[in-house]
Amino acid sequence: MDLLLNSAMVNWSRAQFAMTAGYHWLFVPLTLGLAIIMSIMESIYVKTGDESWKRATKFWQKIFGINFAIGVATGIILEFQFGTNWSNYSWFVGDIFGAPLVIEGIVAFFLEATFISIMFFGWNRVSKKAHLTATWLTTIGATLSAYWILVANAWMQYPIGMEFNPDTVRNEMTDFWALVSSSVAINKFFHAVLSGWGVAASFVVGISAWYLIKKRHIDFALKSIKMGAVFGFISFVLLAVTGDGSAYQVSQKQPMKLAAMEGLYKGQAGAGLIAVGVLNPKKESFDDDVNPYIFKITIPKLLSYLGYRDLNAFVPGIKDIIYGGYKLQDGTTALSFAEKKERGQKAVEALVNYKAAKEDGRISDVEVFEKELRDNYAYFGYSYLENPEDNIPNVHITFYSFHVMVIIGMYFILLFLVIWIYGRKKKLHSSRWLLYVGLWSIPFAYLAGQLGWIVAEVGRQPWTIQDVLPVKAAVSNLGTGHVLTTFILFAVMFTALLVAEVTIMVKQIKKGPEEIHNDDITKTVESKSKEK
Amino acid sequence: MEMEIIPKKNHFNWFKMFWQGFTHMTKYGKTLWVLVILKLIIMFFILKPIFFPKYLNEKFTSDNDKASYVCTELFERSLKE
Repeated sequence: MDLLLNSAMVNWSRAQFAMTAGYHWLFVPLTLGLAIIMSIMESIYVKTGDESWKRATKFWQKIFGINFAIGVATGIILEFQFGTNWSNYSWFVGDIFGAPLVIEGIVAFFLEATFISIMFFGWNRVSKKAHLTATWLTTIGATLSAYWILVANAWMQYPIGMEFNPDTVRNEMTDFWALVSSSVAINKFFHAVLSGWGVAASFVVGISAWYLIKKRHIDFALKSIKMGAVFGFISFVLLAVTGDGSAYQVSQKQPMKLAAMEGLYKGQAGAGLIAVGVLNPKKESFDDDVNPYIFKITIPKLLSYLGYRDLNAFVPGIKDIIYGGYKLQDGTTALSFAEKKERGQKAVEALVNYKAAKEDGRISDVEVFEKELRDNYAYFGYSYLENPEDNIPNVHITFYSFHVMVIIGMYFILLFLVIWIYGRKKKLHSSRWLLYVGLWSIPFAYLAGQLGWIVAEVGRQPWTIQDVLPVKAAVSNLGTGHVLTTFILFAVMFTALLVAEVTIMVKQIKKGPEEIHNDDITKTVESKSKEK
Repeated sequence: MEMEIIPKKNHFNWFKMFWQGFTHMTKYGKTLWVLVILKLIIMFFILKPIFFPKYLNEKFTSDNDKASYVCTELFERSLKE
């Protein structure tokens, strides 16, 4: 089957992965964020002995449990797809990509699963401190899971610590610590986890606001909304910091993604960051002279600073990256798309010739072809790209996803700050408008999280592995019908799960937090009034 | 006459904790467990074996054959000089 003609199969495989990943990311952020919120609340309870904090902890733990139960194993579906829809990818990079996924499953998940049972079943059966330890270990387990998954994703964006073995046609891990300590992985981890904290904060604030609107469980709601606002404010401020880190990483390792994020076609020294902008739909080619923007407000020099920590640094645009010729940070000159494609083709040809020479026993030829392969391997993936346009991600999707995500982030910093101030001034009760804003802001936090992943994953197209393996080379030789069938199955299944979660959660939220009963001490007191 | 308050001793027992936890679950807890088990059954016993077999394992048994196949695929899909 000619894969070049069967783009429908490639696109359905991409769509299926995107859909299942998107659904997965509806559950995970709340798990990550609620875990830490309930851990903090329980810590306050253990420290102060204030039963109202125990009540709050148990309520948010219940919500955590619902989300965790519905969301659990939605991630495993992604792993199913690697072996079926992405078999070339799985073979080509499985030695590296598989390792963090296995570690995630064995170490992090079991840590989480073990202590979660104490967390739910252990109230009044273990000591306060033991229970608190279990809660924190559950939180650490959930966060560790995220770390290993993000190590795997970061490696796809910035492949390091491996060497290609032409005999096995596999990339083989040569440096595990390079993979684990990748600057891209570490930044991505903090950014993704913080986004989960932000989602949970908005959720806690929103639900607490609803209780205040309904004038129910006032004490609980005030405690939760104040904590949620502080936690959310800190989370979103730190998100801005890690977002800055992300932009820096992207500029160094994926300059085309940065250019797409900003709709930057023509590079500039001292490039400004677009705060708000509208792209021109009439711009059809990276090479035409049509203005990319209908409208924009730019913060001068900020893009250069974000990308290169130099207010006057040159930021390459899409056109510069395609035509090459500009100076890179290391002093070398950027190759053009045509040059990279030529070198990629040399690498692929060298691989095939190497294998043929090895089969024939032509030792000297084997060495020649192996050298040619290694010299050009960095551009292996370019051999699959026909036109320069194949190397450009969807600029509109990447640009708007990035900017809307940032705007939502700024909005939440302001919202949580206002709620915090109103809480300190004891004005939350009487500010129904603010409570409604808090409640209806919940979906925006989820939206920001999804948009962040769209920037990360659409922005890196056409690559599954940056520069090494594009999507069209990574997919299996399956029929479109197979992928379409499983796409529909997943859409139905995940939608049903989501409806179930929302239904159960709404019921429990309407029920509200339970009263606490101390039943772990058997009191036998028989007192006789003092005889006189 | 006053009697002393005697705290009930709680010797931690994993089995007891799980048993009591499961048997005293609320209706929503039981519903969640049913959903989780149902979901895992569908995923691992229906979806995985029927719709998500490992593509290369179905076609080939040896690593050499898989490597050859992938090499051929990568070459065929590339744009030759």
